[in-house]
Amino acid sequence: MALEKILQVTGKGVYVPGSDIDTDRIIPARFMKCVTFDGLGEYLFYDVRFNEDGSEKPHPLNDPKFKEASILLSGVNFGCGSSREHAPQALYRYGIRAVIAQSFAEIFFGNCTTLGVPCVAATAEDIEALAKAIEADPATEIKVDVENGRVFFGDGQQFPVHIPDTAREALISAKWDPIGELLEGAPEVEATASQLAYLQG
Amino acid sequence: MSKSLFEKVWEAHSVRKLANGQTQLLIGTHLIHEVTSPQAFGMLRDLGLKVKYPERTFATVDHIVPTLSQEEPFADPLADAMIKELAKNAEEFGVTYFDLSSGRQGIVHVVGPEQGITQPGTTIACGDSHTATHGAFGAIAFGIGTTQIRDVLATQTMAMSKLKVRRINVDGELPPGVYAKDVILHIIKLLGAKGGIGYAYEYGGSVFDNFSMEERMTVCNMSIEGGARCGYVNPDEKTFEYLKGRPYSPKDEAWDEAVERWKAIASDPDCDYDDVVNIRAEDIAPSVTWGISPDHGIFVDETIPDPAKAKTEAERESIQEALDYMKLEAGAPIKGTKIDVAFVGSCTNGRVSDFREVAKFIKGHHVVEGVKAIAVPGSQIVAHLCEKEGLADIFREAGFEWRGAGCSMCLAMNPDKLIGDQLCASSSNRNFKGRQGSPIGRTILMSPVMVAAAAITGEVSDAREVFQVADSAALAG
Repeated sequence: MALEKILQVTGKGVYVPGSDIDTDRIIPARFMKCVTFDGLGEYLFYDVRFNEDGSEKPHPLNDPKFKEASILLSGVNFGCGSSREHAPQALYRYGIRAVIAQSFAEIFFGNCTTLGVPCVAATAEDIEALAKAIEADPATEIKVDVENGRVFFGDGQQFPVHIPDTAREALISAKWDPIGELLEGAPEVEATASQLAYLQG
Repeated sequence: MSKSLFEKVWEAHSVRKLANGQTQLLIGTHLIHEVTSPQAFGMLRDLGLKVKYPERTFATVDHIVPTLSQEEPFADPLADAMIKELAKNAEEFGVTYFDLSSGRQGIVHVVGPEQGITQPGTTIACGDSHTATHGAFGAIAFGIGTTQIRDVLATQTMAMSKLKVRRINVDGELPPGVYAKDVILHIIKLLGAKGGIGYAYEYGGSVFDNFSMEERMTVCNMSIEGGARCGYVNPDEKTFEYLKGRPYSPKDEAWDEAVERWKAIASDPDCDYDDVVNIRAEDIAPSVTWGISPDHGIFVDETIPDPAKAKTEAERESIQEALDYMKLEAGAPIKGTKIDVAFVGSCTNGRVSDFREVAKFIKGHHVVEGVKAIAVPGSQIVAHLCEKEGLADIFREAGFEWRGAGCSMCLAMNPDKLIGDQLCASSSNRNFKGRQGSPIGRTILMSPVMVAAAAITGEVSDAREVFQVADSAALAG
């Protein structure tokens, strides 16, 4: 499978403020009653975006100004809780291609990387500054430079972001979906398994 | 060189280094359920791949099963489609499936240990963040996403970065009426909901030495609520005693060999840890949450935090958001908060010892009018034992609805849901906004005995007072 190198992601941004935004909030459990990931984008942040009668609540993702956003900004420990890949899938299918937050929960981070969605960490101040720029002009073009660990926006503003080397390398070398490489390791897998008593007989 | 259990297991299961620097890690045991696996099987079909080690893959159905009637077809067509899909996938790919007619169905984290599938020194993965539960046996067990389920199905491996290890010692003696649930809520409160990111938690100290396997499971289960992807306890005689004679446990000579291996896999006494945290058992009291994150914990006799006293603006906003959602008053005692629903169950606290402990106290008491109380065993075997021991009848007589096995109201993917802004005293693991099925439903996490006390009084209560726990402990002792 030929994957695409993800060196950078460019697009418009939307800021969903808050700390510890969990995967139940990103996609409530009742929308996981499905056997494919198709259509999950419409349930993204459902309970904070919609009332029970389906009418819209005030939420950045409901604001027409941010309808074209493909880069999500948030706070601390984004994506905590359940391991459900339905959360990154909902973000992806909604159109999100990168997330900038203060920090990420581990399973969520891994799930996003495997989908080719870079999650980069920045300071509260830098995220706040970017959020202000987006608020002032939602058309602000943002570039998440995965390769060099920087975010560029507006007329020449920029700040550093952190992404673990392993994720950076996987994204920029087109190996973010590891299945091909894992399959190639089959002979070594057999060798390792043969050394483990509980896997014999 | 001295090593921790984590390092020993990691090394034994490391297949090779991947180009990006991660490790290709062998997963000895793969547990699957109906919610996170169907798309993974779909990906396997698309790629024309098979399950590499079907004999190391075990399936059960837990999240979507109704608990009132478990007759198929289910009333909910979506849930019915999911259970049928799992049965089809298990059949097509040759995977062992503990279905509803097996007598062995249940929450995947209850079933694994019960069947002896969960063993020390192994690696276990499951598409569920509470997989850390299996760490109670000295296994390295963690939750994975669906694409990773595909990876494990197809290759029995996954790409992973090595974790650091934080040793958490809890020494001393827990006061009467303080349970494993209180220990983990206390740990999460101290270290925070993201404190464990990048770490495996190794739990130890005299409190863990004295804990039963089921108590160890309760603590390991909630490692993820503290941000740690896995948590474990070193295996000891209690571990071996629990596993002996279970369906998938080694037998005869293989058993003796396994026990020797399991003893050797424990952390060496003088090994180095990346971090060590020491907690005094005597400092822990019955705990409850007041907010919308598992680290929003307080002791039951404390007051609800006041945003005005927050140290930072971010903390003030976070407390205010939680109080607004929970409709609780800053500075008020948590004790006395009216509840609408009481839930005993889940992979955290749905094992037979949980029901035994509650049954000891609720005899002669009754759930107060206006409170809906449900008890949901974690597996069909737990349900069977509870019937056999008369525990189910004690719950029924006390006014609890006694249900069939499943995840139930922990995440409300089945019909068991909060309605409107109902407040639930819950023995489950997450108090996130909307977690229990209503977008405005509210959750207060606590131990099963505390849930029972709340069910009886209709409000958050100190179980030690409701059940005169100190006296009971004296009687028992």
